[in-house]
Parts: sequence; C-alpha cells; structure tokens
Amino acid sequence: MSCDDKVDCGRRRLLVATAAVGGVAGVAVAVPFVASMLPSERAKAAGAPVEVDISKLAPGEMMTVEWRGKPVWVINRTKEQLESLPKIDSQLADPKSEKNMQPDYAKNETRSIKPNILVAVGICTHLGCSPSEKFKTGAESGISADWPGGFFCPCHGSTFDLAGRVYKGKPAPDNLEIPPHMYLGDAKLVIGEDKKA
Amino acid sequence: MKKFLTAILFAPLLALAAGPELHLDRAPDKANDMAALQNGAKIFVNYCLNCHSASYMRYSRLKDIGLSDTQIRDNLLFTADKVGEPMKIAMQRAEAKAWFGVAPPDLTIITRARASEFGSGADWVYTYLRTFYRDETRPTGWNNVVFANVGMPHALWELQGEQAMGEDHKLKVVKPGKLKPQEFDAMVGDLVAYLKYMGEPVAEFRKQLGVIVLIFLTVFFVFAYALKREYWKDIH
Amino acid sequence: MSKMNAILQGTLNWVDERFPLTSLWKEHLAEYYAPKNFNFWYFFGSLALLVLVLQIVTGIVLTMHFKPDASLNASGVPVAFASVEYIMRDVPWGWLVRYMHSTGASAFFFVVYMHMFRGMLYGSYRKPRELIWIFGMIIFLALMAEAFFGYLLPWGQMSFWGAQVIVNLFSAIPFIGPDLSLWLRGDYVVGDATLNRFFAFHVIAVPMVLLGLVAAHIIALHEVGSNNPDGVEIKKKKDANGIPLDGIPFHPYYTVKDIVGVIVFLMVFSVILFFMPEFGGYFLEYNNFFPADPLVTPLHIAPVWYFTPYYSILRAVTYPLFGIDAKFWGVVAMGASTLIIALLPWLDRSPVKSIRYRGPLYKGFLTAFIASFLILGYLGMLGPTPVRTIVAQICSVIYFAFFLLMPIYSSLDKCQPEPDRVTSK
Repeated sequence: MSCDDKVDCGRRRLLVATAAVGGVAGVAVAVPFVASMLPSERAKAAGAPVEVDISKLAPGEMMTVEWRGKPVWVINRTKEQLESLPKIDSQLADPKSEKNMQPDYAKNETRSIKPNILVAVGICTHLGCSPSEKFKTGAESGISADWPGGFFCPCHGSTFDLAGRVYKGKPAPDNLEIPPHMYLGDAKLVIGEDKKA
Repeated sequence: MKKFLTAILFAPLLALAAGPELHLDRAPDKANDMAALQNGAKIFVNYCLNCHSASYMRYSRLKDIGLSDTQIRDNLLFTADKVGEPMKIAMQRAEAKAWFGVAPPDLTIITRARASEFGSGADWVYTYLRTFYRDETRPTGWNNVVFANVGMPHALWELQGEQAMGEDHKLKVVKPGKLKPQEFDAMVGDLVAYLKYMGEPVAEFRKQLGVIVLIFLTVFFVFAYALKREYWKDIH
Repeated sequence: MSKMNAILQGTLNWVDERFPLTSLWKEHLAEYYAPKNFNFWYFFGSLALLVLVLQIVTGIVLTMHFKPDASLNASGVPVAFASVEYIMRDVPWGWLVRYMHSTGASAFFFVVYMHMFRGMLYGSYRKPRELIWIFGMIIFLALMAEAFFGYLLPWGQMSFWGAQVIVNLFSAIPFIGPDLSLWLRGDYVVGDATLNRFFAFHVIAVPMVLLGLVAAHIIALHEVGSNNPDGVEIKKKKDANGIPLDGIPFHPYYTVKDIVGVIVFLMVFSVILFFMPEFGGYFLEYNNFFPADPLVTPLHIAPVWYFTPYYSILRAVTYPLFGIDAKFWGVVAMGASTLIIALLPWLDRSPVKSIRYRGPLYKGFLTAFIASFLILGYLGMLGPTPVRTIVAQICSVIYFAFFLLMPIYSSLDKCQPEPDRVTSK
C-alpha cells in the first residue's frame, strides 16, 4: 500500500514496527508454553537406553524388552529361518527395506547388525497393536500352508516375516521399526543408543 | 513421643516465633564457583546421601555445575543405577524413624524451606552444620545451637572436631578435628553452596533470562511509547 | 491488492450476516467512546484482564503436570508436593510457568486492589454504575475463593494449615457449622478428599464463574460508559453526531496507551518473577517448602499478604456477644468487612463523585480507611500480641466507621462544584 494523503506514513511505519516487536514477544512467550508439553526429564530418564544380556537367548527363541514403554523384540533366528528370508521377497511390500524404518546399519537382508539377532520394535506399523509371534511354519501356524514363520497382528491381520518385513496387500504400510541399538561385547546389547551418538 | 519429636523438629521455629534474635552466620556466595559446587556435590553424596534423600534432584542435572555423565557415573553415582535417576536412598523411612526418632528430611529444597527473617536458608544450614556441640543429655550425644535438641548426630565431627557449650553460651573447640577451622568452614561453605544450587538448579539461568527479558521489554516500551505519543497527537 | 481487499471484505460480510463481528468490534472498541482524561489509575482494569488471561493459560499448563494426590510416594513425600517440584525441575520450562502462576496470583490481587481503589477515588460505583460495582465485588469474592482453593494445591505446610484454619471458620456458624466444615473437607481433617475437590473448584468451577462475571462487568460498563477522574458524565455533552465531546474511541487511543501500561507492568512483573520469585517469603511462603504434615503446625502461620487485612479483623474480635462466642463474631466481622464494600453506591450521599471535588471530611475518612487497611494487612502477617490486638481493634473500628458513617459525613461535607466538562492537562 502506498502512502497517500489519507494515510500518515510515519504513523504507519511506527505501527508496523511496534506490531513486529509485539509479534516477537508473542512468539517468545509461546515457546516455553509449547515446549512444556515435550517429554520431561522424568520421561527422558525412563526412556533411557536399556541394556540386555542375550547370552542365554538360544536359537529360535525370542525375548521382549521394554524400552520407552514399548515392547522391543530380540530374536535369535535359526539358520533355517535366516535362509527362508530371501525366498519370500516377492510377497513383501518393501523387501529391500527402502523406507526409512531402520538405522543404516540395519538396512540389509536380515535387518540386523549380527545376522542372527533381530532387534525390532514390536508395534504394528498400521495402528499400534503388538503382533503375536507365529514361529511355527506351514499349515500348523494357522495362517497359510506355505507360512515360513513370522508375526501376525491380531487387530487387523497384518503379517510380518522374521525380519519384521511386512507382507504385501496387508493394512500395515511399513516394515517393523528397528530401534537404534549396539553391542557392548558379545552378549551385551544396548537398545536406544548407537555408536553414532 | 510423636508430640515430643514434632516439638524437636520445630524448635527453631519456636525460637523464631517467640521473638529472640536468631543469629545466623552468612553463608559465602559460591553460586558461580563451579569447583566449589562440584566439591559440595561430592561432600553431599559422601556425607549426607546415606540418610537424607534428595528425591527431586536427578544425578544427570549435575551437568549444570560442569560435570560430565562419565564423571557423575564414576564418582557420584552410589545410590542409583543410571544418571537419569533421582538421588534416592536405600534406607527405609520406618527404620530411619526408629534410629533417629524422626525420618531424616529430604534435602532437595531445604535451603528454600529454612529461609526466615533472620537470614537465607543457606545461612541457616551454614550455621547449623557448624554449631553442633557435645551434650551428654541427648541420645546421640550431640546438640545444636540453631536447632535445639536436634535428632541428627554431628555427621562431620571427625572433620570439625568436638565443640562444647561454655558457661558464657559460646562454643569452644575441645577436641580438634582433621581440618583446621577455616578449612572446615570453607568445606561447609562448598556443601551449602551445593545445597542452595540443588534447591533451585535453574536459579542462575533464571536471572540471566530475566536480564534478556527486561532488555527486550525496554525496547518494546520505546516503540510502544512512541506509538502512543503519535496517536495521542490527535487528542487536544 | 484491491482484489485481496475485495476478498477480505466479502469474507467479513459473510461473517457479519451470521455473527455480529463488526458491530461487536465497533460497540466495544472502535466506537466505544471513553473519556479522554483517563489517568494512571485507569490502567488497572485492562491489567486485571491481562493477569486473568495469564493465570488461565499458565494454569492450563500446570494442570497438565500437577497431581492432586495427598498420598505419600516412595520417598515419603506427598505426591502433590512432589509434582510441584517435578514441574519446577523436570518439565521443560515448568519453572517459568509455575513462577508466572504464583507471581500472577499476587499480581492479580495487587491490580484488583488498585482497580477498586480507583473506583473509590473517583466515585465509579455511583449511579448509574452500581451494577458494575456489584459485579466487581462478586468478582473480588470469587477471586478470593480461587486464591484460597489454589493455595492448598502445592500441599506444603502453609497450604495445609491455611486451609485447616479457613475451613474451620465455617464451624463457627451456630448449629450447622461443624457439619458444614466436615462436608467442605470431606474428611475429619484436611486430606486427600479436600485436596481433590479444591483442585476441581480451582481449575474449573470458580474460573467459569469468574469468566462469566468479567463478561457481565464489561458489558455493564460499556452500556453506561466509563467514569473518569473528574466524575462528570461525558454523555451529557454530545456533538451533532451524538458522540460525546470529551469521548475518544477506545481503539486506537486507549489500546495503544494500555499497551504502554502493559509493558511497564510486565517489567515490574519480570523483575519479581526472574529475580525474586519468592518476594521475600510474601509470594511464596518459606514454610510452604516443607510438605504438609497433619501432625505439626508451624508456629508462625499467616495467610498470604492479600488476605491479611481480613485475617486481622477476624483476630481482632475477642469478645463474646449475645451469648455467642467471639469466634463466631470474628467470622461475621471478617465476612462483613469484605461484603460491606459492595454497599458503597448506597452509602455515599455526596453531591460529587470524584475525590477532586470532595471536601476535607471525605478525604480525611478515606485516608484513615486506607491507613487502617494497610496497618491491618501488616498486623495480619505478624503473630498476635496484646498491643497488636488493641491496634488491630482500633483499625477495625476505623475500617467499619468509614463505611457506616459515610451517609452522614459524605452529605455534610463541603464539596467544590463539579465542572461541566472533563478537565485535561
């Protein structure tokens, strides 16, 4: 808007400047109020990395660890289970883990650091239920005759393989999330923290 | 028994309400002395945190006074597993009550609670910790000038030595401790500085932020006042 | 640009056909004509509104983290008390929000007292503004209730014993008193049930009443128009367009002026908040940093500063009367001391409104009243001694005399004539 006779330019400039300073004040005041809803120190402490001893986890077994209030699965996969993984690629939505659901060090065929040990957040990527394990293969699993073992979400029927990869044509859009994790020695696993940090 | 104990607990307040002057020594100001605060934290963890908790204070917060996670974990973390946890103690409150007659209070905000018209809470604690004296009539063998008939024994007696109350109502050293009096005062000064910090860890940042806010408001005032003058030119 | 304007205008028209947005704006701001001679005292109305908003916003955030629970946690500290320290330490910026709320409580009373005093100085309660005054007095009472309920929530020693004493005031009422205070507490002592219900009153019941009353207060004010330091009605002299000659549109003139007042207020507020949030134990009492302990009363207990004048009046009544004990009459006197202010519109018989044109009698009585109010406030913070009790009794008599004798002295007073128009510098 240009200055004409009706508009006092000095007054307008002053008005804009004052409004700008007031706007800065408003934003500055809003910051603490908005930030106060972020996780508190208590929540952060409760969400701190968890150390797990996996020395007693035999092949074919799974354990569940709580991290940030979520179930994290640690699975020691057998040789046969690992060999089954590439065979079902064609049935999966994202077999190569292209989507960013894992740290870079877990973006591989087994979605893990050690090939046999899978660490995954046990929350279905559809609407947040926790899938149940269906490690038995074939018709015995109750899912299908050629079921190679994996997970089945009871809420809406999504299925995942033993690397947490989601099957095609299911409601869940993504593979299960792989949390940041690292090993301190052979049998000591830390969930929630990795070497980058 | 309970009434008796409560009477003990609030004896200093009685003195306060009854009117006689409570003389408190001024605690040295070490709010920005990181070495003193770190030393105070060490003393606190070693001497106080066995019986007294500081259950609102997280170990990780000690980063404020220049300590790293590793330093905290290696040197201070005796009563918890993780640096994110608060400074709790293992002692059961019921047991503590049986031993001392009254459960030792949580010390996180003690310097805020002990403030009065006679001085800051830090002054009170600074005086309190330095004025224990031998009193054989007490179950613990100790009494205190600012906290009459206190339930707590003199936790720092090996360092300070033993004092006795003279006929003239003045304290005298009767048995020297490991530290010279000035050294002991400096040590208690560090401890109290730490307690004061722990009472409100945000205090220093609060003041810094206050300066920024006031500078900003001054700028805002200049603009707003000029705007008001501009508009009010119309009014005659 | 003009296309943009057309769209905006179109949107505004669309809204105006469905909701009186433009007319509300005009009625309450752009074409609300306020006297042009408002002085310093007239900042406090808008400041009270600002503090109300501040308390509501900070209160909402505090409610997200506070737990009204008197049970002991694993460290032996009441959960409510610990949750306040949690806010002060663990919640991001929680300390700032909490200090804003605690400082805001005292600021609210300061601002409201100044606002009420302004009304007394310039006779703002006089006809036709009686209802504004009545609404204001109910706001004041609701504010006291709000402060009282809120003060219990941190569950410190002063919270607990303050509530204990005030709830027991109700037990002074003959016959139903003891049962009434039991009902208020919901327990035989102030306990978890009391804390929880005070929380409900503090965060929802009283604030809703307050908001409604504030709306009524402002609507009533905008119906009759603002008074001014000369106490003359600007609506009596209007120009050809029906606009008061001494009136100026509230917006923009008083909006820009009030912004200046708001900034000055915020500077004072910030000095307290950032550099002395406890304000020497007056805004946050030291004893309230000890968790509530039902077995130990602190030896020196005093209400927060804004209640102390009435508390002094309560304590000053030491004689039984008509066979009923002094406790009851103390409560009556305390209640009367707050309620009697509401009667000012009918007690004042002066021909003029403003202090500027009043005579020496009124000025003398007002000075004595303010002095007695301040002395009572001061005494209320101290423990009672025989001398202090006598001083409090004298001041209580002056306090009530100011109101009860007003019909006499205000009509006898030698007043100066009011001017026709407002006077401006």
